[in-house]
Amino acid sequence: MTEIALSFTKRTLANGLDVIVHEDHHVPIVAVNIWYHVGSKDERPGRTGFAHLFEHLMFEGSEHHNAGYFPPLQEAGGVLNGSTNTDRTNYWEVVPTSAIDLALWMESDRMGYLLPALTPARFETQRDVVLNERRQNYENRPYGVALIAIAAALFPDDHPYHWLPIGSADDLRAMRLEDVQAFFRTYYHPANASLTLAGDIETGSAFDLAERYFGELPPGPRPAPVGGTAALTREVRLVLEDRVEMPRLYMAWLSPHMFGEGDAELDLLADLFANGKTSRLYRTLVYERRVALDVSAYQSSRELAGFFLLVTTAAPGQSLTDIAAMIDVELRQMTEVGPSESEMERARAQAEAHFLYRLQTIGGFGGKSDQLNAYNVLRGDPGFFQADLSRYREATTPTVRDAAGRFLGSNQRVILSVVPRGQHQLALPGAEPVFVS
Amino acid sequence: MRADRSRLPDVGSDPAFRFPFVARHTLHNGLQVRTVEHHTVPVVTMVVQVDGGAVADPRGREGLAGITADMVDEGTGSLNAIEVSEGFARIGAEYNVDVGADAMCFSLTTLSRFAARGASLLADLLIRPSLRESDFDRVRQLRLDRLRQLKDLPPAVAERAFLRLMYGEHPYGHLPIGNALALGALKREDVAAFHAARFRPSRATMIVAGPLSHDGLLRLADGAFSGWPEVSTPVDVCAVPDADQAASPTRLAVVPREAAPQSELRIGHLSARRNTPDYPALLVMNAVLGGQFVSRLNLKLREEKGYTYGARTEFDWRRGIAPFSLQASVHTASTADAISDCLAELHGIRGSRPPSDREMFLAKASLTRGYPRGFETAQQVARSVAQLALYGLPDTYFEEFVPRVNTVEAADVIRAAERYIDPARALTLVVGDYQEVAESLRPLGLGEPQLLPADV
Repeated sequence: MTEIALSFTKRTLANGLDVIVHEDHHVPIVAVNIWYHVGSKDERPGRTGFAHLFEHLMFEGSEHHNAGYFPPLQEAGGVLNGSTNTDRTNYWEVVPTSAIDLALWMESDRMGYLLPALTPARFETQRDVVLNERRQNYENRPYGVALIAIAAALFPDDHPYHWLPIGSADDLRAMRLEDVQAFFRTYYHPANASLTLAGDIETGSAFDLAERYFGELPPGPRPAPVGGTAALTREVRLVLEDRVEMPRLYMAWLSPHMFGEGDAELDLLADLFANGKTSRLYRTLVYERRVALDVSAYQSSRELAGFFLLVTTAAPGQSLTDIAAMIDVELRQMTEVGPSESEMERARAQAEAHFLYRLQTIGGFGGKSDQLNAYNVLRGDPGFFQADLSRYREATTPTVRDAAGRFLGSNQRVILSVVPRGQHQLALPGAEPVFVS
Repeated sequence: MRADRSRLPDVGSDPAFRFPFVARHTLHNGLQVRTVEHHTVPVVTMVVQVDGGAVADPRGREGLAGITADMVDEGTGSLNAIEVSEGFARIGAEYNVDVGADAMCFSLTTLSRFAARGASLLADLLIRPSLRESDFDRVRQLRLDRLRQLKDLPPAVAERAFLRLMYGEHPYGHLPIGNALALGALKREDVAAFHAARFRPSRATMIVAGPLSHDGLLRLADGAFSGWPEVSTPVDVCAVPDADQAASPTRLAVVPREAAPQSELRIGHLSARRNTPDYPALLVMNAVLGGQFVSRLNLKLREEKGYTYGARTEFDWRRGIAPFSLQASVHTASTADAISDCLAELHGIRGSRPPSDREMFLAKASLTRGYPRGFETAQQVARSVAQLALYGLPDTYFEEFVPRVNTVEAADVIRAAERYIDPARALTLVVGDYQEVAESLRPLGLGEPQLLPADV
């Protein structure tokens, strides 16, 4: 077994900002990555989509650089981006080593001094951009709104995961600039953030730079944690009509939160059950019986809760009801007997390799800097990489079988049929129509 | 020391970077091998690039290269498709097939300690694929069904229609997946014949990148691929005929998509070849116009107007003449205004709004200063070298890139724009709600739109 590790040094500044440094001198570039521990889970019904819209505003200027954030960084040879999920918002730059001061100056300026630069015009334009992002990635895309319907059915109205980060179009239109200011003061400050510097930089000088640019910023109060409970005690059947050629089936179960008991097992299960040609469902549904065009699954584990999602598209003329029955046969096999020893070996080998592949890039989404921040924010320990890998190495046939049995029951799930418009009858029997605006 | 917030910090001089050295070898059977040492994590990437992508599809058999490439991992020797996939999974390998206009690219990334096993399996697939009738039948049906699904995907509909309008019957005029009529008529024998003619060591290049010496990397290639027999019968070289610049007199085309919330736009025309000496000037021109976030186009359509989530321009490079196109998905209500703004930007770059010193500096700096970033992983390196092989570019290309881009001046950009960008002959394609936008398109002066189906 190759020993693989993700080395780091961590310190916390007086204002509460966690700083993590990882050295990698292969290419003369440095990754700057910041996580703010705020996501769509911190929004309220009627104000959904807020955290993500806010992320857009962070690129529009700050007090001491009152203009777009892209030009100075691109001019320095950097790339930058950000993203918002249910739990956190991240921002990153990858810059040549020579531009590290610039990147830290800018990140710290928008952490400390955003509001003076926030004008109504910038706010309104970015709201239009986000409405267009929603049209492009959800409304105008086949099956694009399915996940919105699934989240709403899995989690009750007041649960922080009841809506997706993109939010509802009506809520986005109803937002006001004052909401933005209050949001910034609550969540965007050093004590609610984690900064990682990875790449061609010396650890000592990295901490000096972090102190120089971020040390002056005042801490804010730690935001109150949010929570909620969700439980499914029956099978919920839904149908959504969409502009699609082929009907598609989504099965979703509530599952362990990130790093919770059974989380890694369900992640492995997703692969050996439904991902790739070696998986059981691909073999049955696509390869042998040819009733489906594709099948995939994943364990979406988040901070407060998780869900396990299985997706398959019917081949022309094939019935979703028949496909669901075939899935249930395989599922029963998995919960009663579990994966074979050989399947487990393969799944562990793949997981092992993926942990190694994750060490290839310092920056961007999923690079080493992003991973260190993820472990720090969600686990309180940037050194969790190896323990994380151990979760996969230690999974066995019985633990995977038990996780399947415990979480993937047929009477505790949401089944969504997405069918071509006007063809409601192609859905599973008894499915209730849902509408996503 | 506190930060000085009165001004942005200076950026130091660009750090030195040694671009990878590419070593060339030829196996006894004629297979060209290029090796690149990449000493980071213990991961090896192998790429086998076979000449002839969609461009090699005979007329009426569009999709043949694509389905042949897809069939390769459906079995070899005693292994069926599932067992092949199992073989890759057991070594944690990632196998990818990418069929482009000019070539088929097979790539495998795996842990160094499994590299020889990975190479051996990859060789078995490429040299001796089973190409069984039952697999062919299943794979073809999946691709036909995929074609049906693509009719609902606006970017795919736009790309397909745009290529068709640009190239007409020219071999570049279709997507690698082909069309339903041709795919439906294909037979297993077509695939076998295509494989026999195209998959030859003399028509392929292999790139191996990883944490081994050049000798070690070469041994990986040789150990697996030296048994690839070269057949002496000559094959027709896949010459790309020149596309007629004026293939389509149409200025405006619409693929109706009822009640679509956005219009998917393509605006462009055939423009240049990848190996043109004007390439650096075109790169800079494109960066100013629409090739990056801070380009004129994105700043106008997204950051100023809020019409779209993003707008860009690109050259879809190929060996033959390639299209230049502007791409954006815009709110239906803003469709005509967005088109008008786009055309104005195409006019502007040709001279009425020459690139400013600041724009030139920004464009060149963003292209050059971040250049080493693309050499972080074995996969990035191997794919970059594959591009050199595809376009016949020299091994010194990487180290020459930055100085070449830095010699480009504003006058070069304007000259390149005048020569290669012409809004007067650009086609504007809209995939969107025709009823909703039809009236607003009239004042653009682009004439009556040609209406097209989603699967033209």
